[in-house]
Amino acid sequence: MAKKTIRTIPQDRTPIPVQEPADRVANFAEVALGYLEEQALNECERCLLCPEPACVKGCPVGIDIPGFIERMLAGDFREAYATLSDDNLLPAICGRVCPQEDQCEGVCPVGDTLEPVAIGRIERWLGDMAIAEGWTAQPYLEPNGFRVGIIGSGPAGMAAAADLAKAGCEVTVYEALHSPGGVLRYGIPEFRLPNEVIDAELANITKLGVKIECNTLVGRLFTIEQMVEEMGFDAVFIGTGAGSPKFMGIPGESLNGVLSANELLTRCNLMGAGDFPNNDTPLHLGKQVAIIGAGNTAMDAMRVALRLGADKVHCVYRRTEAESPARLEEIHHAQEEGIEFHWLTTPVEILDDGAGNVRAMRCLRMELGEPDDSGRRRPIAIDGSEYEFEADMVVYAIGTNPNPIIGQTSKLKLNQWGYVETDDDLATSMAGVYAGGDIVTGAATVILAMGAGRKAARGIKAYLGIRDSNVAYLPAGEDRGDSLFGIDAGERNFTRVRLA
Amino acid sequence: MSAVTKKHGNRRAEKPGRDSACPSKLDADVESRFEIVAREDFSELTYLLEVAHPMMARAARPGQFVIVIAHEHGERIPLTIADFDRERGTITLVIQAAGKTTREMQRDCQVGSTLFGMVGPLGEPSQLGDAKKVVCVGGGLGVAPIFPQARAFKENGAYVIGVVGFRSKELVFWEDKFRSVCDEFIICSDDGSVGIKGLVTDGIELAAENHSDIDEVIAIGPPIMMKAATETTRPHNIKTMVSLNPIMVDGTGMCGGCRVLVGGETKFACVDGPDFDGHKVDFVDLMNRLKRFNEDEKLALERWSEGTGQASAAKPAPPPPVEQVERAPRAMDGDMGVHYGTLRSAWDNQDT
Ligand SMILES: Cc1cc2nc3c(=O)[nH]c(=O)nc-3n(C[C@H](O)[C@H](O)[C@H](O)COP(=O)(O)OP(=O)(O)OC[C@H]3O[C@@H](n4cnc5c(N)ncnc54)[C@H](O)[C@@H]3O)c2cc1C
Ligand SMILES: Cc1cc2nc3c(=O)[nH]c(=O)nc-3n(C[C@H](O)[C@H](O)[C@H](O)COP(=O)(O)OP(=O)(O)OC[C@H]3O[C@@H](n4cnc5c(N)ncnc54)[C@H](O)[C@@H]3O)c2cc1C
Ligand code: FES
Repeated sequence: MAKKTIRTIPQDRTPIPVQEPADRVANFAEVALGYLEEQALNECERCLLCPEPACVKGCPVGIDIPGFIERMLAGDFREAYATLSDDNLLPAICGRVCPQEDQCEGVCPVGDTLEPVAIGRIERWLGDMAIAEGWTAQPYLEPNGFRVGIIGSGPAGMAAAADLAKAGCEVTVYEALHSPGGVLRYGIPEFRLPNEVIDAELANITKLGVKIECNTLVGRLFTIEQMVEEMGFDAVFIGTGAGSPKFMGIPGESLNGVLSANELLTRCNLMGAGDFPNNDTPLHLGKQVAIIGAGNTAMDAMRVALRLGADKVHCVYRRTEAESPARLEEIHHAQEEGIEFHWLTTPVEILDDGAGNVRAMRCLRMELGEPDDSGRRRPIAIDGSEYEFEADMVVYAIGTNPNPIIGQTSKLKLNQWGYVETDDDLATSMAGVYAGGDIVTGAATVILAMGAGRKAARGIKAYLGIRDSNVAYLPAGEDRGDSLFGIDAGERNFTRVRLA
Repeated sequence: MSAVTKKHGNRRAEKPGRDSACPSKLDADVESRFEIVAREDFSELTYLLEVAHPMMARAARPGQFVIVIAHEHGERIPLTIADFDRERGTITLVIQAAGKTTREMQRDCQVGSTLFGMVGPLGEPSQLGDAKKVVCVGGGLGVAPIFPQARAFKENGAYVIGVVGFRSKELVFWEDKFRSVCDEFIICSDDGSVGIKGLVTDGIELAAENHSDIDEVIAIGPPIMMKAATETTRPHNIKTMVSLNPIMVDGTGMCGGCRVLVGGETKFACVDGPDFDGHKVDFVDLMNRLKRFNEDEKLALERWSEGTGQASAAKPAPPPPVEQVERAPRAMDGDMGVHYGTLRSAWDNQDT
């Protein structure tokens, strides 16, 4: 094959079929429908297969992107998936929710001249194919007798659980809510990440023998100390996320109709409030809904409010679109759906209707000054710019604090903001206890949480003296064609086994 | 039964399944159903459920609560752990049939049936401190939740004065239980049919008159009652702890729906509380926030009462308790958002 050049590749980025805005605002079905095989392959053709690929460096977990694209082009999807899942345990999820424009696609050299290769969409296609084809058969794992407890079933916990189970550990995941998945379940709505995809990825993990115990709030039902000292866990991983919502502290915040995006999303995504009263959880949606903030959480809250039937949904953000931390695709989709954006605007008070409900906000207009610590230009209020902004529901999506429960109930060392302190291997101040994901870094991304879960799993394996590999036994004589997540069935694995 | 109490069998020894079509539902939910092992009906509106959960029975401390989901379409409702029995491995909930969920549970939660979800113990346990003499006040549905606190203070060596309020004699429950842990026990009734005639605040006054050395008052009940209790103790300068009951969702600090104002600061009752210094609590704010879903609650109850809105089709439903359903508006306390019912009439005329 002649070497591809920027001139010889398909010039246009293959568009992804989407539901039309007018249709999708009335349903919770996925917005981006995903590539068909020929579309995925057409997009693969656009990859220059760079010998020193920038995208791999741009990926937080270093996926061998040209590697899996090359295998796809060769028609070997099974191998391509093996390559992809070597580094990414949740490709169907990450393909949908990663901020690719800041990662792999942001550094793709094709993007210097044309639009970058749509790596995320290809990844999603391959991840979906693996689910559809059931490329998840369980290898035989040689139990090593070590027991590991995982706290939290978000992407960090899921990834740590999978890797440790593959190493032969007996893994139990404890989840406080009644349904596993963390933010993937209660935060990100179905039109971006359908529940079936989460269920499929969780099923892959339970097939490895991982047990998921819901309705279990660690720290309260039992403590981390008890897990280690009484319950027989040889190691523990904490992946409890950063989900405690921030409020602004302005007057009127406790009026009815003011809530956090987490509450709105939890009521809808986890509790099905959209189908009240068939489901018992109410939401009491407003007609004029103002969402404060412009990150992914804000976009999700806005688009959920719209789908549930709000007359008008407003995004109120003190900076501009350029500084907005949301995925580009989500902002575009939100704009298409008719969300009204009020950049350079901030509320200073929420006003009462006289009966304890929200009537409006008092807002200030802002302008951008010098760059602040985050490198973004600092918003500064314009004197005398105050005005009334009509809204009967105000939703805060302005960030989160660490959940306090682990801190309240253990002696674990926390940093000054309340996040769990770890060393470079993600070991905490307690021997055998590791932590990763949002509870260590603060609110970040799915792929970083997944990467942290895997890193902690490596740390735990090292701590337990298990060889650091993803190699598992297959019983002799059986068809070993199906290996999971790129497990190399041929390699022998000598592993330390816990003596009874 | 809680799945956490199950043996951790080694499932990897099983032959690996090769078919791996993506299942649409996990079975984790099914595994974690929680069985009701005993039930008692105190009155037409108040019932007790004893739920098996050995691990929670071991972990529970006075002042903590659980979040319960009755069935797969249910909401998450918070309920105080009114008692726990470490030997039997159970926790006890005492529930007032207030709206749709608690009425439906009253109908469906029979011995042998299971709850879809239950998580806990939640919240910071009550601080017992070194109080030597305490008054434990329970009004309406606060009567049951105050019991474990009274018992804990007793076990801690304190002199315990119990003050509980009921509308009338027939509604009294757990009198023996209270007497066994209280050095003095004052029942207040609206109609004077039992104990002293009056509100629990009269009981607190009485205790304060007889004892000048009360270290602490702990009051649990409808917000209006807790507010009145804090007003009663304020002039006496007695530390007063209250257990707040805002609307909750997750109960794990993740949504902020349960936020309350304490000393001008926003606190999340589910993780920072539910116990707070009553003299610092903004009860007006709490009472307003409890009204948040009044319209929806009414709709849900009406639909359910009409028998059209029964979301839990899975359960063979006994005929709806017509008598109680008709009484619904009286027990709802819609305007106040006070749902504990029994004390309501007596508090009607109180200034909020
Ligand atoms: C609305 C929303 C949209 C987002 N969109 C994107 C996106 O598009 N792309 C992207 O990359 N990132 C996105 N993020 C961020 C991303 O979801 C998180 O960074 C990621 O989920 C963090 O994973 P985690 O495993 O650390 O924690 P989480 O996903 O928060 O999971 C933690 C889990 O632990 C449980 N838990 C907490 N405490 C306990 C305890 N004591 N005992 C037992 N269980 C406990 C929680 O209930 C939860 O299920 C979004 C976040 C939100 C809120
Ligand atoms: C920490 C705490 C402990 C509690 N302990 C008990 C108890 O031991 N026994 C008991 O009977 N009740 C208790 N409650 C109140 C109980 O949770 C509500 O009565 C119940 O949720 C009402 O549900 P419903 O559908 O039957 O009634 P609804 O008609 O939905 O509501 C009736 C009233 O209950 C309140 N309420 C509604 N939903 C919730 C919710 N999710 N969380 C909190 N309050 C809500 C509202 O103020 C409403 O006006 C407690 C509440 C809290 C926060
Ligand atoms: S109930 Fe959600 S934070 Fe307290």
